[in-house]
Amino acid sequence: MEGNTRFRIFRPPKTNSATNEPIYIRFLLILIMFIFFILFLLMPLITVFYEAFKHGFSMYLNALKDPFACDAIILTLSIASISVPLNLIFGLATAWLITKFDFYGKSLLVTFLDLPFAVSPVIAGLLFVLLFSPTHGWFSDILRFFDIRLIFALPGMVIATTFVTLPFIARELIPAMQARGNQEEYAAITLGASGWKTFFNVTLPNVKGALFYGIVLCNARAMGEFGAVSVVSGNIKGKTSTIPLYIETLYMEYKTQAAFALSSLLTLLALFTLFIKKCIEFSYKKRI
Amino acid sequence: MSNKRQRILPGFHLTLGICLTYLTLLVFIPLSTIFIRSSGLGWESFWRAITSPQVIASYKVTFGISFLASLTNAFFGFIAAWVLSRYRFPGHGFFDSIVDLPFALPTAVAGISLTALYSQNGWIGQFLYPLGIKSAYSLIGIYIALTFVGFPFVVRTLQPVIEGLDREIEEAGASLGASRWKVFWKIVFPSLLPALFTGYALAFARAIGEYGSVIFISGNMPMRTEITPLVIVKFLENYQYQQATAVACVMLVISFLILLIINALQHWSVLIGQAKN
Repeated sequence: MEGNTRFRIFRPPKTNSATNEPIYIRFLLILIMFIFFILFLLMPLITVFYEAFKHGFSMYLNALKDPFACDAIILTLSIASISVPLNLIFGLATAWLITKFDFYGKSLLVTFLDLPFAVSPVIAGLLFVLLFSPTHGWFSDILRFFDIRLIFALPGMVIATTFVTLPFIARELIPAMQARGNQEEYAAITLGASGWKTFFNVTLPNVKGALFYGIVLCNARAMGEFGAVSVVSGNIKGKTSTIPLYIETLYMEYKTQAAFALSSLLTLLALFTLFIKKCIEFSYKKRI
Repeated sequence: MSNKRQRILPGFHLTLGICLTYLTLLVFIPLSTIFIRSSGLGWESFWRAITSPQVIASYKVTFGISFLASLTNAFFGFIAAWVLSRYRFPGHGFFDSIVDLPFALPTAVAGISLTALYSQNGWIGQFLYPLGIKSAYSLIGIYIALTFVGFPFVVRTLQPVIEGLDREIEEAGASLGASRWKVFWKIVFPSLLPALFTGYALAFARAIGEYGSVIFISGNMPMRTEITPLVIVKFLENYQYQQATAVACVMLVISFLILLIINALQHWSVLIGQAKN
C-alpha cells in the first residue's frame, strides 16, 4: 500500500474521491505552493551559494582564509561550545521536570519557557546591557571594582546567546518524552534501578533522536544569532565579531562576495539541521 | 496538592532547582530590569519617550507590516500545510523539509540574501522594478523579510492538526450530499481555525521582534522604513538608555499579551478537540 501510493502523483494516500478535491483544484494548490516556495525559500537559498561562488572558488577560499573571518569563526565556535552545553543541562532538567511530575504551576512554567522566544532579540541584548553595562548597568559598581568586563566581551555574548536559545532543546525533548509515557521509567525504578541509571539507560535512549535534533537546532541558532549578540558585543572587528556580525561588517563595506562566502557556512549548517530533522522524522515513522 | 501524593520517579527537587535557577538568572531578573528601569523614569518622561514621532512612525511600520506579512503567511501557509499533509507529489519530502529553512537560517544571512534577490539588479527585483514595485529598501522589502521569517510557524502549527482530522466526518458530510466545497467550509475549516489563529499569532509575534533580516532590506530611513527594534538599537548607540528601555518595555508588554493570546488559543483548540470526542 505504502509503496504504491508514492507513485500516484497528486493523490493523497488511503482516500477516496468523496473526501478529496477535484484534480484541477489539487493541481492549482500545489502550483501556488511551488511558486511561493520558489520565490521565498528556494531562491534565497540558491542566491547565497551563487553570490559566494560568483568570482570563482579561489575567491571563495580567500574570503574564508581572511584572518578576521577566522577570528569570527573561532569566536562563534567558542560561544556555541559554552551556550549549547548550558542549554543542554537546562533542556534535560526541564523536560524531566515537566514530563515526569505533576505540580502546581506547571502550565505557567511551560509558558515561561516560551518567553525568550517571544522577546525580540534586540530586547534580549538590551536586558543584559542594562544589567552589566560598565556605565549604565545595575552591577556597574561591582563590575568596575573587580575590573570585570561582561558586556562588549565574550561572557556577555555567551549569556545573550544562551538566553535566546534557551527553549530549543527543552521544546524538542518535552513532546518526545510525553509521547513515550512514563511506564518504562516506572518499571526500571520498580526493578531497583537508581534515578540516574533510569535516566541514562531508559529515558535518554528513547528520546535520542529528539535530543540530537534539539542540540543541532540549538547549535545552529546559537551560531547564527545576530540581534542579541550585536547589541551586547559592540562588534569589535577581530575581537567580539561573530560570523553573523562579521557578515554584516563585510556587507556594509560592499564586500558582498566575502559576506556571502561566510554566509554559505551558516547556510550549510542550517541545511544540515533540516536534514537531521528529516532523518529523525523518517526513523520515527518507520518505528510506528 | 501534589505534596500529598508520593512521587514515583526521583529527581523532582533537582530538576526543579536547575530549571528555576536558570529561569531566574537568565529570564526573570533580566526581564524585571526593564520594568524597574522604566518605572524609575517617571510617567511623563516614559510617555514622552514612547510617543516621540520617530517611535510612533516605527510602531506603524512594525505593526502594520507584521500584520500584512502574517496575513500573507496565514494564506499561503494554509495552502502549503494542506498540500503537504494531504497530497503526495514528486519532491514532497524536500518541500516539507525546506519549510523550516527560515527557522534554521541565521537572520543576517536571510537579510543579505533577500536583499540581493529583491534589489534592482537581483534575480527577482529586475522584474519588479520596471513594474514600479520597489522591492528593496522600502516597506515592500520589510514585508518580504517578515513574510520569510514567519512562514514556518503557520505551516508547522496547522500540519499536525490537518493530519489529525478525522476523515470519516468528511465522508459523512459527502455521503449526506454536501459538495466538497461545502464540506471544507462547514466541517474542515472551522476545526482548523484555532490552529490557524495560533500560527498567525506566532508569525506575528516573531515578525514584530525581527531585526536581523529586516535591517538589510529596509533601507532604514528614519520616519519611513525604520522598525521599532532598530529604533531601540539606535537609542542604545547614542547612549539614550532611558528611551531604549521605555520603548523596549512597550514591545515586551505587547509580546507578553500575544503569548497569553496564543495560550488561550491553544486552550480553545483543546476544548474543540474534547467537544468532538
